[in-house]
Amino acid sequence: MERHEAGGKQEALRKPFRWHILVFLLPAATVYTLVMIYPLAETLRLSLFREVDNSPIFVGLANFADLFFDSRWSDQFWNALWNNIYFFIVNMLVQNPIGIALAALLSIPRLRGRSFYRTAIFLPTLLSFVIVGFGWKLILSPLWGVAPTLLDFVGLKFLFAPWLGKEAYALTTVALVSVWQFIGLPMILIYAALLSIPEELMEAAECDGVTGFAQFWKIKLPLILPTIGIISILTFVGNFNAFDLIYTMQGALAGPNFSTDLLGTLLYRTFFGHQLQLGDPHMGATVATMMFLIILSGVALYLFVIQRRITRYQM
Amino acid sequence: MDKKTCKVGTRFTAGITATAFGAAFALSAVSASAEDVTLTIESWRNDDLEIWNSKIIPAFEAQNPGIKILFAPTAPAEYNAALNTKLQAGTAGDLITCRPFDASLQLFEKGHLASVNDVAGMENFSPVAKSGWSTDDAATTFCVPMASVIHGFIYNKDAFKEVGVEAPTTEAEFFAALDKIKEEGSYIPMSMGTADQWEAATMGYQNIGPNYWKGEEGRLALIAGKQKLTDDAWVEPYRVLAKWKDYLGDGFEAQSYPDSQNLFTLGRAAVYPAGSWEISGFNVQADFELGAFLPPVKTAGDTCYISDHVDIALGMNAKGKNTEAAKTFLSWVASAEFAEIYANSLPGFFPLASHDVKLEDPLAQEFVTWRAKCESTIRSTYQILSRGTPNLENNTWVASANVIKGSDSPEDAAKDLQDGLASWYKPQQ
Repeated sequence: MERHEAGGKQEALRKPFRWHILVFLLPAATVYTLVMIYPLAETLRLSLFREVDNSPIFVGLANFADLFFDSRWSDQFWNALWNNIYFFIVNMLVQNPIGIALAALLSIPRLRGRSFYRTAIFLPTLLSFVIVGFGWKLILSPLWGVAPTLLDFVGLKFLFAPWLGKEAYALTTVALVSVWQFIGLPMILIYAALLSIPEELMEAAECDGVTGFAQFWKIKLPLILPTIGIISILTFVGNFNAFDLIYTMQGALAGPNFSTDLLGTLLYRTFFGHQLQLGDPHMGATVATMMFLIILSGVALYLFVIQRRITRYQM
Repeated sequence: MDKKTCKVGTRFTAGITATAFGAAFALSAVSASAEDVTLTIESWRNDDLEIWNSKIIPAFEAQNPGIKILFAPTAPAEYNAALNTKLQAGTAGDLITCRPFDASLQLFEKGHLASVNDVAGMENFSPVAKSGWSTDDAATTFCVPMASVIHGFIYNKDAFKEVGVEAPTTEAEFFAALDKIKEEGSYIPMSMGTADQWEAATMGYQNIGPNYWKGEEGRLALIAGKQKLTDDAWVEPYRVLAKWKDYLGDGFEAQSYPDSQNLFTLGRAAVYPAGSWEISGFNVQADFELGAFLPPVKTAGDTCYISDHVDIALGMNAKGKNTEAAKTFLSWVASAEFAEIYANSLPGFFPLASHDVKLEDPLAQEFVTWRAKCESTIRSTYQILSRGTPNLENNTWVASANVIKGSDSPEDAAKDLQDGLASWYKPQQ
């Protein structure tokens, strides 16, 4: 009897299909489909074709086989991929520790002029790649740059080299410029995370005798770990999409000797062509698809494996 | 991924905008005078708009009543994409400015450009001049050549006087002069950098190279597969380039193209490996006397060869409505009058027809006299050989920069180029 009544109640409570949800979702879904999903699907489709006698022909995964194994393409592809990984490693190793350190310094309660530092360090992030690229190119120029003069002031002129023109240093130099530009992001995010740690927690720690550096390592760092995770994944996506900085500093041929070639510049040359090289939309789409898959798998790895293992604390 | 979609989007919009503008222009022109035929010229040379409107077009229209010309350029970077869109939509102008080699060849093969074999005046052009806009078998030419650029060395006459050296003619004299300038110490002997890479290939390898591979003879033999890039004639220029390193400025590895130009025009360097397109800029920037000398030959008395590279031409829209008028204009482009106006308005861009043209600019005149003294050729990588993957032109940039920096030996660099070319080019296999 009771059960029947309960069932009847449920029946009465069941609402009609809520059409308005669909209607509200529709504009965003349409726009997103048009500008994101459709081009993405089209790119994936394009990579399975090849132009023969002015008409596209389905070739399955042959373009990918060329990209991985035919030395005409694979040399460039693996070189760009390795450079990209190196670019990412430099970004992670330099940007995050410095970002955390800066955030930790900023969150010292006694610090004067905090908002000035915060703004000054964050400012380059807002600048256009073109300004950053050309600015640094000028600073580092062996002819008119201030870098040799400044090094001379402190007696370190012998350390100066035309870094952007040397195969051994060019990629590291460009990666460090990228770090300089984006250092503000990890700083500001971690700073926000540090500020959200309640004061009582620190007081309790102090009562237990955990102070100074120990306090940072044992209490603050575990608490901001999820933020560092987010920053890492943002850096990963940004780095594997990177193109602008290399293009403005080193040109589309990513010299010297392709030592600064990233997947982005390889894609640009392949898709749009360069000087006498005519653009090849199909091989270009193949490179683009690989970039998509690399970024997708990196993000998936983070979401499903790493993020689940990070312990979150309720604060 | 994002980048790609976004770029395509821009290109598309640019195309549409350009088309819309083109149509608007055409409409207004037609309504202005209904009886006249109006020919629209598609071009990427928006820098030349003033010269076309004030000099070239009035000169033509004065002689050909009934034909009006509208010069409608697009931004250089957007030209190819915008032109393709217009041609496909059938809204392109009657006359089309042609990029050299494969970009235009593709348009001809797709039926967008008409043959100009029967245009009066085509007999004024040499096969080298026509090579940039002919089918591979040279049977059909589809654009009327307009101008070329010549390679050589521009030097600071005051600096040479000060140091006490003469313009060199042989390779030994060339290096002796550079040595002397270096010893004297007040000038950087030569202004070039490898940061942008193309300078090393274009102003280095393609500049001095023709003397070693004997111009057209070597270039055509390479295309036919009878010579290889690893042959002595093709490696020797690299051996010479490898010696340039000692005469370039400090940190030349990171010196870019504008850096090199400034270094020379500021009077800090004595020699500038050049293309003639620098002339008008240098005339304005430099406050010392400029001279030019030929790429030095191996031994005195050798035949000299120059890179007289075809750069710009004018073709006819195959689906255009005013074919007869377009032909009239094209044959005027092939005439001595056009050559004279064009060459004097844009010193450094030399007419390709065999007319005897009087140039007012002394430096440009110096360059153009070389045509009579030396054999002309074009850059070796441009015709046919840069069609495949890996791209020979791109690789030549990289190889030339590596050789000058000393990070690659001339022999290794040549072998890399040859391997790359042989991997797709049948006659070289």
